[in-house]
Amino acid sequence: MGNLDINLKKIKKNAYRYSKVRGETASRVRCPGGEIDVDSLQRVVDIARKYGQGTVNITNRQGFEIPGISLEDIEEVNKALQLIIENRGVNQDEYNGGYPASGTRNVVACPGAKLCPFGCYDTKEFAQDIDRRIFPNDHHVKIAFTGCSNDCAHTRLNDFGIIGQTEPQYDPDRCVGCEQCVKYCSKRSVGALSVVNGKIVRDTNKCIGCGVCVVYCPTRAWTRSEEEYFRLVLLGRTGKKNPRMAEDFLKWADRASITKIIENVYAYLDDYLDRSAVEAKEHIGYIVDRTGFEEFLKYIMKDVHLGPKCEMQGRMYWGGKRYDQGNELRRSMYRFSEKEADQ
Amino acid sequence: MGYVLSTEGFDRTLAKLGERYRIFAPVLKAGEGRFKDTDVIRYDYVRSLEEMELETRSDYSFKEILLPISETLFFFTEDQIREANLDETPVLVFLRSCDIHAVRRLDQMYMGNGANDDYFYERRKELVKFVLIGCPASCENGFCRDMGTDRTEDYAFSLDVKDGKVYCDVRDPELEDAFRPCAEGTEDVVPQSPGESDCHVERPEEVPLSIFTDAMWDEYTKRCINCGRCNFVCPTCTCFTMQDLFYTDNGLVGERRRVNASCMVDGYTTVAGGLEHRKKNGERMRFKVLHKVYDFRKRFGYDMCVGCGRCDSVCPEYISFANCINKLNARVKELEVE
Repeated sequence: MGNLDINLKKIKKNAYRYSKVRGETASRVRCPGGEIDVDSLQRVVDIARKYGQGTVNITNRQGFEIPGISLEDIEEVNKALQLIIENRGVNQDEYNGGYPASGTRNVVACPGAKLCPFGCYDTKEFAQDIDRRIFPNDHHVKIAFTGCSNDCAHTRLNDFGIIGQTEPQYDPDRCVGCEQCVKYCSKRSVGALSVVNGKIVRDTNKCIGCGVCVVYCPTRAWTRSEEEYFRLVLLGRTGKKNPRMAEDFLKWADRASITKIIENVYAYLDDYLDRSAVEAKEHIGYIVDRTGFEEFLKYIMKDVHLGPKCEMQGRMYWGGKRYDQGNELRRSMYRFSEKEADQ
Repeated sequence: MGYVLSTEGFDRTLAKLGERYRIFAPVLKAGEGRFKDTDVIRYDYVRSLEEMELETRSDYSFKEILLPISETLFFFTEDQIREANLDETPVLVFLRSCDIHAVRRLDQMYMGNGANDDYFYERRKELVKFVLIGCPASCENGFCRDMGTDRTEDYAFSLDVKDGKVYCDVRDPELEDAFRPCAEGTEDVVPQSPGESDCHVERPEEVPLSIFTDAMWDEYTKRCINCGRCNFVCPTCTCFTMQDLFYTDNGLVGERRRVNASCMVDGYTTVAGGLEHRKKNGERMRFKVLHKVYDFRKRFGYDMCVGCGRCDSVCPEYISFANCINKLNARVKELEVE
């Protein structure tokens, strides 16, 4: 091995990770929507066998990470990644050049309506469409799509969480009043249904559009709306300073609005990202804390035309522990203090 | 008389028939299935051949025309009762052989079971004529042949579409005039009937009383979720329940409704005071299965089940009714030996 003189900033953008083992790196394989074809999967195996150490990490964001790659093999590994990049339809700048960016993270999706009985839309297809619109980009943006309010994709830990909704359609003439929708809405969801004179009444304010009533209706009195709707939750994050869940911003939004809002965030980041931040990387939420939510809103809602059913949260507040302000755990009022007194 | 028509010719026939009849046929309802991007085939009024789903068996049967899922029978005020209006335009119902055999079961229950016929059933039945949809092959999970319902001659006319031509055997002389001017020719037409099925059932002639508490039903207590889909899709299930409702602005006025009921669903056997006769899903399964392939026969001389296979296809827990009949038969044989 000769003297290593590697531009680490460059290879990080090329989707290689800095490894604690000197001279080694890990290749991060992007799988938009958490989907991979068997040829690409085989290629991951081949790379891990030839350039890595025979293991593959499955990442939290539904990609693969091949550890134990020598920094000197990056060029060869990039060539081997070409098949995966093409098969997955990921945008690229340079043929055989590997991934052109790593800031905008892999777009996550739960199995969605292709597989899951509760899925309200094709999460993978939407995730892949968004990936093509926003990638490559160096801005640190996390997006996840989930098919229904179960939120199996953990969208609430993302900057943008997209949760599928269906507006249940009720045909009283097909309803026998068996009340299974009422029972399952109450047990599996929020209890938005009640019985009035043998027929079902849906509390439209309470209904979250999960579609449980549709799945359990034995007579097709409940069916899905032709339109697909989305709940958009904003600016959740993990991290050292202030981890927090994303909060509801829109409900009953249409797909075009969701797409536009996500595309719009990049102009906001261009203008307000703190260039002195470490690796020019900040969670969007911290930037919003500086600029104020109204300024953020101005950017993301540019040319967005929300549909007539869409409802918007006027003021946004987030919770979560503020570790930058204190790290103490609240002590129990009596149990432990009693113990301490005993000792 | 047998007629051969082009599909356009048949649509002209339908248009002529449409002047006198409403046409009720299986229709594919896109996106109306349980899950996203799934469809359901159920009955609705149509005007053309194209609107009908003739390839795949309907998920829900024709019976809605005779036993609406939810039907207001009459309205009441303090001392008066007024019958609900009924569209009295006659109806042509397109259905398969198994379902035509199911009509006999419905008639039996509503018009041949005791001293009083059911007035509300009867007034609907009088308006209906049946059109046989020929079956080129057996349906998924269907066992019509084993139940003797795979063919029938009890129809106003038959419909088979083969290679872009429509073949009709018209038996009802009142309908001939709708075919004659639209047909390309006449020939002997025999409606298609399904051949061999993959699915077979063997029914016990007699069952011992001990089957009532037999352990064979226990698996269904665990597997079944008592959703009642098997009943709601069944062309021979006839149970209903009543809903008397009082308009909220004036508690003296209201209506009586009857809605389809299911012997699998909670509440079916609940009586005044809260006693529930069949609590376990296995017990409900026993009641249903024996009623379909034994009890009904004891009373009327033939089995209620027509072997359409809908209950198997619709079950969300993959419980096979046909297989249950076979299990019952095997268990009865075991008990005979013992």
